[in-house]
Amino acid sequence: MNLHEYQSKQLFIKYGIPTPVGYTATTRNEAKAAAEKIGGSVWVVKAQAHTGGRGKAGGVKIAKTIDEVQQYSEEMIGMTLVTHQTGADGLPVNMVYIEPASEIDREIYLSVLLDREQEMISFVASAAGGMDIEEVAEKEPEKIYKIAISPASGLMDYQIRQLAFGIGLHKEQLRQFSIIVKRMYVLFLENDASLIEVNPLIVSKTGEVIALDAKINIDSNALFRQKEIMSYRDASQEDAVENEAAENELNYVTLDGDIACMVNGAGLAMATMDLIKLHGGEPANFLDVGGGATSDRVAFAFKLILSNKNVRAILVNIFGGIVRCDLIAEGVISAVKEVGVSVPVIVRLEGTNVEKGRSLLKQSGLEIITASDLTDAAKKAVAVAVQS
Amino acid sequence: MSILINKDSKIICQGITGKQGSFHTEQCIEYGTQVVAGVTPGAKSDSHLGVPVFDTVRDAITATQADVSMIYVPAPFAADAIIEAADAGVELVVCITEGIPVSDMVKVKATLKHYNCRLVGPNCPGVITPGECKIGIMPGFIHQKGKIGVISRSGTLTYEAVYQTTQNGLGQTTCVGIGGDPVRGMNFIDCLELFQADIETEGVVMVGEIGGTDEEAAAEFIKSDVTKPVVAYIAGVTAPPGKRMGHAGAIVAGGKGTAKDKYKALDNAGVMTVKSPAELGSAILESVTK
Repeated sequence: MNLHEYQSKQLFIKYGIPTPVGYTATTRNEAKAAAEKIGGSVWVVKAQAHTGGRGKAGGVKIAKTIDEVQQYSEEMIGMTLVTHQTGADGLPVNMVYIEPASEIDREIYLSVLLDREQEMISFVASAAGGMDIEEVAEKEPEKIYKIAISPASGLMDYQIRQLAFGIGLHKEQLRQFSIIVKRMYVLFLENDASLIEVNPLIVSKTGEVIALDAKINIDSNALFRQKEIMSYRDASQEDAVENEAAENELNYVTLDGDIACMVNGAGLAMATMDLIKLHGGEPANFLDVGGGATSDRVAFAFKLILSNKNVRAILVNIFGGIVRCDLIAEGVISAVKEVGVSVPVIVRLEGTNVEKGRSLLKQSGLEIITASDLTDAAKKAVAVAVQS
Repeated sequence: MSILINKDSKIICQGITGKQGSFHTEQCIEYGTQVVAGVTPGAKSDSHLGVPVFDTVRDAITATQADVSMIYVPAPFAADAIIEAADAGVELVVCITEGIPVSDMVKVKATLKHYNCRLVGPNCPGVITPGECKIGIMPGFIHQKGKIGVISRSGTLTYEAVYQTTQNGLGQTTCVGIGGDPVRGMNFIDCLELFQADIETEGVVMVGEIGGTDEEAAAEFIKSDVTKPVVAYIAGVTAPPGKRMGHAGAIVAGGKGTAKDKYKALDNAGVMTVKSPAELGSAILESVTK
């Protein structure tokens, strides 16, 4: 689960991590009130959306008068922000965050996340702040410093020194930097974060180390024990269809193609998408109906798939283990009857009770195309999608 | 021969009285697995499915001398269950549970270093040595005793590989579902090492997927340490970056973990890779008979 910048900064403030204190606004008047409350003469207006690269997309602007604050806020609220991370559809901006502008001496990159290879929580720091860390990693890997934290010892001071001196901080800033790193680590653990990224962390002209940006992602598996964080969820930033799927215990991801798939198991679902592509088609979605697929769930899955108007064929690929093929067949039949499926349906069944499942499909009298194996299924789906 | 488990393995089940634990333990017993006890703290009855139920793993091990634990405990309590098993002297823990927080698994992995205990999973179908012992949720009937080792990060995709090697008559020595989480127990390398040493295993089928760099690490290991033929398939060529594809570990992040990179590493290591999961069976047949 992703948090907005303003929510991330609220957590920073709660944990004593220095960050500019700002306010959110959803209207012109609120923007004015926020800027007046902050005071000063230069403000930053930042669009709140779950994406990076907002600056380049017009989602971050410097305002030198209250009028400008209002003008920029008005422009941003209600806009759809399209960045290199969002895809062509972009994300809605329902709110801006207004904060005092900072005078920057230098920019640093700092993040804490899981290092999958070492299986430990790690900090990553780079002297090249404000840039995409992936780009730095590729072009100037020597600028990146990493430490992995042993769960037994916890975060050690020498590790923080390695980062600080590595990225060329002065001795005067070491203490401030050390406090920030330690508090970020506590925040990370206590809230089951999967990523906290500060890009940039700045050294101001007066020598203070401040988190100018804040991005926090939370481990979805841990939400059961993060009730407060749950209230930070903003459904407007998520795909509505994917959410509806999740509420019905389905794993669904929308894609750009025209051949929909319905599969049991995440690995087989990915493999089915790959097969469609391999045989010249384009998958319209990733859909895992899970191990406990019932005929109700199959019917719902059909509705979900058909809500995507690009779909020209549906490929059902089930390897029945715990799931019985005859139950899936019944689900497919009743879904085709009830939902009114207007595009060709190709079904490949294998595993538990497969004969029974196949004969049910045959006897149904419905126009369901059966496939003998994986390859056959993918080829047939691609062929009918081209025709229809 | 086989790896990890055989007909002599004695199994306990943690979470045996739960819905999942109960259903799958019954299936395992039916398959012929020696399930000798269950563990449910404070269980109402002291026996379930015909085996005794204990409050702690230590009690269960003392009474039965079991060497393997199969875990169906719900995600919030699963990390505790894994470490309890290791601490009680269990040599192999197979954790089926899905949805364990990553930070819990980081602690589990650090703690397991102090024990002589292997972990398979979590978020996996389990381990099976066909005809001898089934630990997990896989359908037993698609397996057949034979000569191929199977290692996979996915459940149903493992069944595809297994079914194909059953149909072409090769059969399997042992199949290990290592699980779809980013931090997990045994990895491709650990299993490859065991299959390489196992006399009856003549070839290995490896099913990977996007996310992480374990397949790349396995490729290096195969190059230096594996002489038996290995066939590999990687799921997720078409997966968009940044999206979690069902499994918590199946995500391409920061340009890392792509199927393309994994294929490249495996090809360079001399592994026979297939672009379609439907070709796993024919490819391994060709590899072991040539």
